[in-house]
Amino acid sequence: MKLSYDAVVIGAGIVGAACACELARAGMRMAIVEAQIIGGGATAAGMGHIVVMDDSPAQLALTQYSQSLWNELASQLPPNVEYDRCGTLWIAADDDEMQEVHRKQAVYAAAHVSTEILDAKALAEAEPNLRRPLAGALFVPSDAVIYPPCAAMYLVECAKQAGATLYLERAVAKAGKGRLVFSDGTEIFAASIIHATGASASRLMPHLPVRKRKGHLVITDRYPGFVRHQLVELGYLKSAHSTSSDSVAFNVQPRRTGQLLIGSSRQYNNEGTGVDQNILGAMLARAFDYIPSLQGLSSIRVWTGFRAATPDKLPLIGPTEDASVFLATGHEGLGITTSLATARLLTDHLLDRTPAISLAPYLPERFACEAAHA
Amino acid sequence: MPERIALTINGRQWETSEGTTIAAAIMNTEAACRTSVTGEERGPLCGMGICFECRAIVNGVPHQRTCQMLCQDGMDVTTQ
Ligand SMILES: Cc1cc2nc3c(=O)[nH]c(=O)nc-3n(C[C@H](O)[C@H](O)[C@H](O)COP(=O)(O)OP(=O)(O)OC[C@H]3O[C@@H](n4cnc5c(N)ncnc54)[C@H](O)[C@@H]3O)c2cc1C
Ligand code: FES
Repeated sequence: MKLSYDAVVIGAGIVGAACACELARAGMRMAIVEAQIIGGGATAAGMGHIVVMDDSPAQLALTQYSQSLWNELASQLPPNVEYDRCGTLWIAADDDEMQEVHRKQAVYAAAHVSTEILDAKALAEAEPNLRRPLAGALFVPSDAVIYPPCAAMYLVECAKQAGATLYLERAVAKAGKGRLVFSDGTEIFAASIIHATGASASRLMPHLPVRKRKGHLVITDRYPGFVRHQLVELGYLKSAHSTSSDSVAFNVQPRRTGQLLIGSSRQYNNEGTGVDQNILGAMLARAFDYIPSLQGLSSIRVWTGFRAATPDKLPLIGPTEDASVFLATGHEGLGITTSLATARLLTDHLLDRTPAISLAPYLPERFACEAAHA
Repeated sequence: MPERIALTINGRQWETSEGTTIAAAIMNTEAACRTSVTGEERGPLCGMGICFECRAIVNGVPHQRTCQMLCQDGMDVTTQ
């Protein structure tokens, strides 16, 4: 029997799960294929910070739009998604970084994201365990935190309820021209094939400009109230911006359970999954610098994951040269945040609906020339 | 005769003999060492520092593996 669908999504990370849910709810005959387990890739390794970021106007538009979709969904999320609108504190260590606080506030205000500036004293009251003195912080109250693998599971469940078929533990070996071949040689067919394969995207499509950017995270035992907001150093921007060298930044997240997630590191050219003690040490030293008493807490696990990085830090969403193949990958360190907007924009594109924001900055065709020369 | 040791467990004064682990002392008070995320009572399981089920607050420090620590005079232990 020839199995055929309107659309098939490859990959059940948070991006693929969101796409499958959105497309199925739009009435498409859908399937979603996952080689391993739902949400077990970068989605399980990430921090789950739903954050508005302003590295570029296109990044601001996408993160803000996606956050508004998370806000709409929040009341329907099951408890195990641990949705918590704890807000972000962008920490300024010195007067230079305080300038950045003001610049950032102006950009957010222009985009109608309300924020509040905390001086040194207000910051110390908001987060008593931070080292003193620090210059201050920008508080973004609308940012939230979720537990991403459970969110992916919820979205796949929604897709199934809307009629989608899940192929679990089935790896796609080849996909294109409306046809998907599994590793066991069996085939299914689809008018549209959506690659949501995260950091391994270039395995099926070797010319994609997607590189693996490794990250480490540490999780502690439960210390409720030790930290109250997601804390990110403003120096983080320097770390996230650098496109070549290894970098670490102070980034700590309170979980609903009272546990703390400690990040973050960024490394290219390190594709092994093992823990790199040097960068882990540097990452923890950075965290201890901001919160000295972290040193007295016990950590219970360390792990690594891979972000799907593109040259311009924007995802790849939309059509390719093969009229049946579409991309939803390259989300780097923001895929949890931007998953819902990715799914909505892709569905708008497939159904010829007018999108809420322009898809243009994320279209894969912006790299078409480079791919041709690669 | 081993020495007697006086410590506080959950705000109550207790006596025990030298060489007793804190986990054992907590069990003698019939308290659970800790309560799990889902509200279940937990106490020592492996007795050798592996399972983390015996965690309690010792002298103000949470998540101490009490099976690995001996009672000392004047200690303050609170289940968590
Ligand atoms: C340390 C770290 C911290 C992060 N923190 C945050 C954060 O705070 N906020 C945020 O927004 N983002 C964060 N991110 C980024 C975020 O985790 C990712 O952008 C996001 O999870 C990407 O989701 P995905 O669905 O594209 O990829 P994945 O979750 O990797 O999913 C891809 C799936 O495709 C499957 N697959 C691949 N190839 C095939 C095939 N051939 N056949 C079948 N299935 C296949 C894989 O098994 C996998 O399940 C972080 C990332 C890391 C590493
Ligand atoms: S009883 Fe297992 S660690 Fe203490």
